[in-house]
Amino acid sequence: MIDILLHIALVIGIMLGLVMIAAGLIWLERRTLALWQDRYGPNRTGLFGTLQVVADMIKIFFKEDWIPPFADKKIFVVAPAILMISILLSFAVVPFTPLIGVVNLNIGLLFFLGMSSFGAYSIVLAGWSSNNKYSLIGAVRAASQMISYEVFMGLSLMGVVMLSGSFNMRDIVLAQQGRWFFIPQFLGFIIFFIAGIAETRRLPFDIPEAESELVAGYHSEYSGMKFGMFFVGEYLGITLISAMTTTLFLGGWLGPAFLPPIFWFLIKMFAFILFFILLRASLPRPRSDQLMALGWKVLFPLSMLNVLVTGALVLYFKL
Amino acid sequence: MMAKIFIDDKPYEVDGSKNLLETALSIGLNLPYFCWHPAMHSVGACRQCAIIKYKDDDDKKGKLVMACMEPVADNLHISIEAPEAHAFRAGNVEALMTNHPHDCPVCDEGGECHLQDMTVMTGHNERRYCYTKRTHNNQYLGPFVNHEMNRCIQCYRCVRFYKDYAGGKDLDVFAAHNDVYFGRQEEGVLESEFSGNLVEVCPTGVFTDKTLKKHYTRKWDLTNAPSVCHQCSLGCNIIASERYGTIRRVLSRFNGDVNGYFLCDRGRFGYEYINSKNRIITPARLVNGSFAAITAGDAVQEIKAIINTENNTIGIGSPKASMESNFLLRELVGPANFYAGVPAREGKLIRQVIAILDNGKVKTPSLSEAKTYDAVFILGEDLTNTAPMLALSLRQAAKNEPNEIARAVKIPDWNDAATREAVQGATGPFFIAAAHDTKLDDIATGIYHASPDQIAGFGNAVAGNINRQLNFVAADAEIEKLSDTISAALLAAKKPLIVAGTSLYNEAIVQAAANIAYALKDRGKDAGLIYILPEANSIGSALLADQYLEDAFAQASPKEAKSVIILENDLYQRMDKTATDTFLQYFTNVISLDYLENATTRNSTLLLPAGTFAEADGTIISNEGRAQRFYQVHVPKNDVRSSWKWLAELMAAYDSSPINLDAVIDRLTAAFPALQAIQYVAPSAGFREDTQKIPRSPQRYSGRTAINADMHVSEPRPPADPDSALSYTMEGYVGIPPPALTPFYWSPGWNSAQAINKYQIEVGGELHGGNPGKRLFEPDPNSKAAYFNSTPSACSPKEGQYMVLPLYHIFGSDELSAQSPAVAERVPQPYIALNDSDAGKAGIVEGAIIEILLSGNKKWLPVKLKMGLPQGTAGLPKGLQETAGIIYPFYTTIKIAGND
Amino acid sequence: MFSILRSIWLTFIHMFHKRVTVEYPEKKNYLPPRHRGRIVLTRDPDNQERCVGCYLCAVACPVDCISLQATEDENGRRSAEFFRINFSRCILCGYCEEACPTDAIQLIPDFEMAEYNRQNLVYEKEDLLIDGQGKYPGYNFFKHAGVDAGVKAKGEGIDEEKPVDIKKLMP
Repeated sequence: MIDILLHIALVIGIMLGLVMIAAGLIWLERRTLALWQDRYGPNRTGLFGTLQVVADMIKIFFKEDWIPPFADKKIFVVAPAILMISILLSFAVVPFTPLIGVVNLNIGLLFFLGMSSFGAYSIVLAGWSSNNKYSLIGAVRAASQMISYEVFMGLSLMGVVMLSGSFNMRDIVLAQQGRWFFIPQFLGFIIFFIAGIAETRRLPFDIPEAESELVAGYHSEYSGMKFGMFFVGEYLGITLISAMTTTLFLGGWLGPAFLPPIFWFLIKMFAFILFFILLRASLPRPRSDQLMALGWKVLFPLSMLNVLVTGALVLYFKL
Repeated sequence: MMAKIFIDDKPYEVDGSKNLLETALSIGLNLPYFCWHPAMHSVGACRQCAIIKYKDDDDKKGKLVMACMEPVADNLHISIEAPEAHAFRAGNVEALMTNHPHDCPVCDEGGECHLQDMTVMTGHNERRYCYTKRTHNNQYLGPFVNHEMNRCIQCYRCVRFYKDYAGGKDLDVFAAHNDVYFGRQEEGVLESEFSGNLVEVCPTGVFTDKTLKKHYTRKWDLTNAPSVCHQCSLGCNIIASERYGTIRRVLSRFNGDVNGYFLCDRGRFGYEYINSKNRIITPARLVNGSFAAITAGDAVQEIKAIINTENNTIGIGSPKASMESNFLLRELVGPANFYAGVPAREGKLIRQVIAILDNGKVKTPSLSEAKTYDAVFILGEDLTNTAPMLALSLRQAAKNEPNEIARAVKIPDWNDAATREAVQGATGPFFIAAAHDTKLDDIATGIYHASPDQIAGFGNAVAGNINRQLNFVAADAEIEKLSDTISAALLAAKKPLIVAGTSLYNEAIVQAAANIAYALKDRGKDAGLIYILPEANSIGSALLADQYLEDAFAQASPKEAKSVIILENDLYQRMDKTATDTFLQYFTNVISLDYLENATTRNSTLLLPAGTFAEADGTIISNEGRAQRFYQVHVPKNDVRSSWKWLAELMAAYDSSPINLDAVIDRLTAAFPALQAIQYVAPSAGFREDTQKIPRSPQRYSGRTAINADMHVSEPRPPADPDSALSYTMEGYVGIPPPALTPFYWSPGWNSAQAINKYQIEVGGELHGGNPGKRLFEPDPNSKAAYFNSTPSACSPKEGQYMVLPLYHIFGSDELSAQSPAVAERVPQPYIALNDSDAGKAGIVEGAIIEILLSGNKKWLPVKLKMGLPQGTAGLPKGLQETAGIIYPFYTTIKIAGND
Repeated sequence: MFSILRSIWLTFIHMFHKRVTVEYPEKKNYLPPRHRGRIVLTRDPDNQERCVGCYLCAVACPVDCISLQATEDENGRRSAEFFRINFSRCILCGYCEEACPTDAIQLIPDFEMAEYNRQNLVYEKEDLLIDGQGKYPGYNFFKHAGVDAGVKAKGEGIDEEKPVDIKKLMP
């Protein structure tokens, strides 16, 4: 009984922690972006502007929660929730440390891939139910982008699976003792990271939002807390991809013993998050067709090649 | 005759009888001009419309000519865009601008200035002349027109209009060369009744509207509505304009069938009563002898309760109110209880006129068509004062016969200077039989002054001369001689025109005029017959009722009637004061719908604020039987609204759904099928041009986000207009709307009133979409109208008594315009006019104070000796406050005050 | 590919650059005299109102936030009876200044006009009128205009000849 309660407490703790991190990222992103653009960013509310998030939250809660009269109301309301749920569920399989983690699932990696596919529904439904041409175009772009990149996101991980011989995330981490997978699987690492950016629709791959073309893409019609869910969802997505990259390629919690495992995990994860922000600060957005061309003509063959070569080597050396 | 001409190598099919300037403008090309005016034609004075004319196809050089002085010829090649012509025009404007002052910011013409437009059009944009400018002193020209001579560009349009077109005598040209001066010989009020047209005729700011100057607003800031003048029976089309809730000015609205380009001063400057402090702006109830404001809702509820508890409420209509208002009052109280708001003598006379118009034996020409007649006979009307714009039209008609001299020597009609040179001021057959001298006497070829009955007898004698079967004889040899002259002239003319009216309240004159016209018609002449009526909607209101004020007064008794609703009518103006007092005292509730405080509203118990033409929509019927729609200019920020809107609210039947103008008109035409035409006078409220409403304000309307900001910083929603296809904003269709819905004239590059060129199919001609208005009475070739056989008794002056006739004044005889400050300056002091020989006999000199009995009361008035007033008659100015409520003509005694 | 990495790197090293932000309320920038800020109405060298109520500023205003009414004194001098600018709508574009033929309306280097109540952003003539000539000293419209508005008699203005005697006999 106490076990179950402890476990529930752990689950709630992880969820709150993640949401806190995502919210904090809003401030972090604005400050670091400013840093790279020779500005200050929010620095007036609280120490270094840290209370900006609180101010934003208060504002967003008090905004009119407006549903356009022409929208498909039920789907319009459900769509942002789907995004939050699918991303939060993905975290269930992430082993933060040997002790902190929600489930130890032997198909953990497949679960993560399934959940990230599920996220695409949220975007398509949001764009469709808004009944607005910009939203719809955004949703169509998101669908094509996410479905395409899912293919080689999965394929790029097959090398890791072959090397560790398991879909279980903990097994994968443990298999990296002594040698993190980003060395043997460097190609897979790069492909996964690029696919991850595309999956989270982050810059430079924010084609579904493309504010200079589509107002705000699939969430043009959203306001108040429903918009807030998309907004926080985006940062949760960044956190998820960073956490997954850490787990799959950088040895998860592994690291020298002078710091506890959770610290190693967070350090690696935040390094990726910062890299996400740096990308946003430096790269322009490609065209939709360029993105598809990159995916299908470059990344897809490369990931296939990666699978073949890794498979061949594994067979040859009987690893 | 059509001709093919080439302008800048493009072929055009054009009318061969025009000059090149008119032709180019009709095609829609932009060619600058100053001195030419479509109504006054060409003199070639300003040298602005220079073009290149080529000898033939091979001529590449051509020569510079003035387009306004060159006739169209078949296969003619001209160029507007040639660099030489362009440079000449720019140089001409530059030369004009050397003396033009740096005044635009404080000049009232700015923003609608023909000179500004033409300067921009020629491309002159930098002043190279850096020397001194010639200056002039200005003159005081009266309360209507402001004079600023520095701005003059010597186009001569003002004197050509004032002297040549309108027959004015006191505006002229002085000095020479660079110093040419347009003004009066000495300062003073401009005498002409058409002086206001100088404002529109002047291409720049020399003559500007003095009433507008007091509350100046630029053209682009005005909210305008197509409207119809309510100050006399002619129904001239006007544009009324508003800014910040007050009416700022009235301009002429071109209607090729009615007033054309011009307007009289009463119509143009008589609008200021709308802004008067005496306006009734809120419903009010009489409480303990004074009026207390109540809300509109309370007022409606209260009056509804009154009407519903009694079933004998009576209604008194008005010839000032629209068809819609009169009709709804008739519906509200029932036809049996509805009375036309005029005395029986006037009402029956109007019905007589309607009967004559309706039988269609002779044509009643429009105001504009009257210019085409070549012989005129006026019976008993002082037209300059009772129908000023008709007097202006007839002045043009008088030129028709002599203009044949010019045509005979092949001078085209548009060549004004040459035509005038050929004609040498001659006038055609023009006869006036009136009770006294009139301002048209200067062009008359025969004048007869007599009492009303004698005028009628004289008219019948002329008819008898024309149709020998008629049994009319002249009263004496002198009259016979004159009537022979007149009948011969009328028979010699191609199109003779007979003008008469109701102003002397004499039925015999109205019938005699018809007799002459019938007789001419029976002799195969294309005769015309025009009647002048007392007020704007005299015909319309008479069509709705055949009971008059006397009937109402007789029917009323303390037992019977409890309530009366009086529509836009001051009964004290029309009926004797004592009788009206008694009449109103019979009623427990006297409900008045009116604009201004007057004796009737002061004796009412409930007041509803009625809209003047500026705050109301409606239809009125002019003297020619032309139904015309006028539209509300703005929605005032008080309870003032169309009378018919108040009445509709009072009618239980309209409780459920809001009612608009179209619905009222539908009911009106259902009840009076003869008035069906009213439905087609203007497009209905559902009309859209390009799916859009027609904006009342120009595109450049300014200050929308600041006008109401002192009250509240958030802008209010602009008022909706459920009654018309016009909107109250600047938003909507840009382009040329249907003529009945044209609120202002503007075209790219043409900011002045001259933009009207673009609204006409051919300059000076019909508007795109036809001239607005629908005529109710058309000539009927099969008409079997019979001659009138009333032989009036020759008026014998009663011994020791004077027959008092009404004397009309353009400024003063209309009680509303007389309350406009500018017009009020021109209203005469009350006086009594006497024949000079009568006065001589009695030893009365001009200015003596005379005692007169007016309906039993003694009044003291100074004497004026009126030339031409027949012996035994006296005249009183009609419509002044001191002479209100008199029914003319009447007999009275006079004596020198103090000689008892 | 290389350029992408180079962009990322160049962006990254901006971390060590000096920041360009001026921390506004503590530090204030120099604003040149022709900065387009708050709108004022100026006076001519004789300390009379320059505005002649010509409505050109109002019509030039792209957001229609200027509204006025012209009036005339006993000398015929035009001025504004009321003059209202709704600064909650004003976009400080300076078209009104450009349109003004008398140098009356001018934009000045003051932009600190924030209010808690939007109604307070509606400025009337007494709020707009200042006691000086602003940026354009020396100009007095009525000395150049042809009208006699109590500033100079007919023919007394700059570049004006004496009024013509129309009754003289000399050609």
